[in-house]
Amino acid sequence: MDTTYIYKLESKVDTVTSMRKIRVLVAKPGLDGHDRGAKVVARALRDAGMEVIYTGLRQTPEQIVETALQEDVDCVGLSILSGAHMTLVPKVIELLKKNQAADMLVAVGGIIPDEDAARLKEMGVRGVFGPGTSTQEIITFIQSHVSA
Amino acid sequence: MELVDRLLAGDRRACARLITLVENEAPEAQQALKEIHPHTGKAHVIGVTGPPGAGKSSLVDKLTQYYREQGKTVGVIAVDPSSPFTGGALLGDRIRMQERSTDPGVFIRSMGTRGHMGGLALTTKDAIKILDAFGKDIILVETVGTGQDEIDIIRAADTVLVVTMPSLGDDIQAIKAGILEIGDIFVVNKADLDFVDKAVMELEMMLDFNSGKGWRPPVVRTVANMGGGIEELAEAIQAHIEYLKKEGLYEEKRRLKVEMELLEVLNRRVVKEVLEKAKKTNEFDRLVDLILERETDCYSAAETLLQKK
Repeated sequence: MDTTYIYKLESKVDTVTSMRKIRVLVAKPGLDGHDRGAKVVARALRDAGMEVIYTGLRQTPEQIVETALQEDVDCVGLSILSGAHMTLVPKVIELLKKNQAADMLVAVGGIIPDEDAARLKEMGVRGVFGPGTSTQEIITFIQSHVSA
Repeated sequence: MELVDRLLAGDRRACARLITLVENEAPEAQQALKEIHPHTGKAHVIGVTGPPGAGKSSLVDKLTQYYREQGKTVGVIAVDPSSPFTGGALLGDRIRMQERSTDPGVFIRSMGTRGHMGGLALTTKDAIKILDAFGKDIILVETVGTGQDEIDIIRAADTVLVVTMPSLGDDIQAIKAGILEIGDIFVVNKADLDFVDKAVMELEMMLDFNSGKGWRPPVVRTVANMGGGIEELAEAIQAHIEYLKKEGLYEEKRRLKVEMELLEVLNRRVVKEVLEKAKKTNEFDRLVDLILERETDCYSAAETLLQKK
């Protein structure tokens, strides 16, 4: 018997054996108000079957890390277009470490110069995505880095 | 279980991880829930339901703030719908709760419905237990935006708030069955908009038609984003709690909930066991064929499946 069929059947009676979902926090740290990109990414991840928690604008690193911990996310995506990434991102990384959550995948999107991207990666950011990145690229990045 | 010990000691990461295990229906989840059970039953659970955009998240935010000022700790579970096509979800209730996110007395968790109908995720009740054992005094549970028939919340909450707003429909909407029957308290939010008096009056009339016995749900006006009416709402909630206690209904309601929950767990177990056996032998497909060929029928086939030991 086709097992996908029985899983479909089982889901009808709410007994799917594993409901593992990738959970992603999409956050806007700092003061910039440009959230079109964050919303497009959030929507794309949703359509890829992930659970996306969107925090809204103007979050402090403390708020973002606390939310990531409470929501037990697999990935934190930070969208920054203000140029303050070298201030905000290290703070987020530091707070994650302080809370024994350095294993959370951190990705940054926005206007990030190449030399800064390299430094962010040294600090522990696993992916930096600039303008022109396809949403599929981001989806694949998360799926391949989060162990199922 | 180490995670449960950490939860009981107040470790919020353990709390978050346990909710994930329960949500994923991981094998460890059942053991954890068994160990948690003796530590539950202390929190007062307030359900918040109503149509999308009525202001449920904003109300939850302001109620959380109110209870924090009273020195109580608060857990929040905010449910949003999962896509029936991809299983993905955009969980956006926290946007209205930003100011609470760094308060150590508050724990907020977003949940997708993951295919469950009824306004909550199948595992929301278990997540409530985890927050209860975590020591939260008040647990606010926000359902998905509901229409007329998503009433799972009555199985999860001690007090149910039905939130509505002006201009959502005529007086016939107010006398329909379903969600309007489950409110312990009705909230007309956005009470600074036009036609608020009409909305309140229609609800009052609907409530006056009820039998007149027992609790008469009050109708409270709020302007959640500005914090208007929150104190009145909290007073109405307190009055409901006292009523439940005075009439001995607290225990009665909880007994009913346990009955329903045990039935639910039993249901799922039985169905799962039968399906797993049928999966091994192709029995299920064979019976479906026989039903289609009019050789047997669903009732006889179900008996056959149940008798297979």
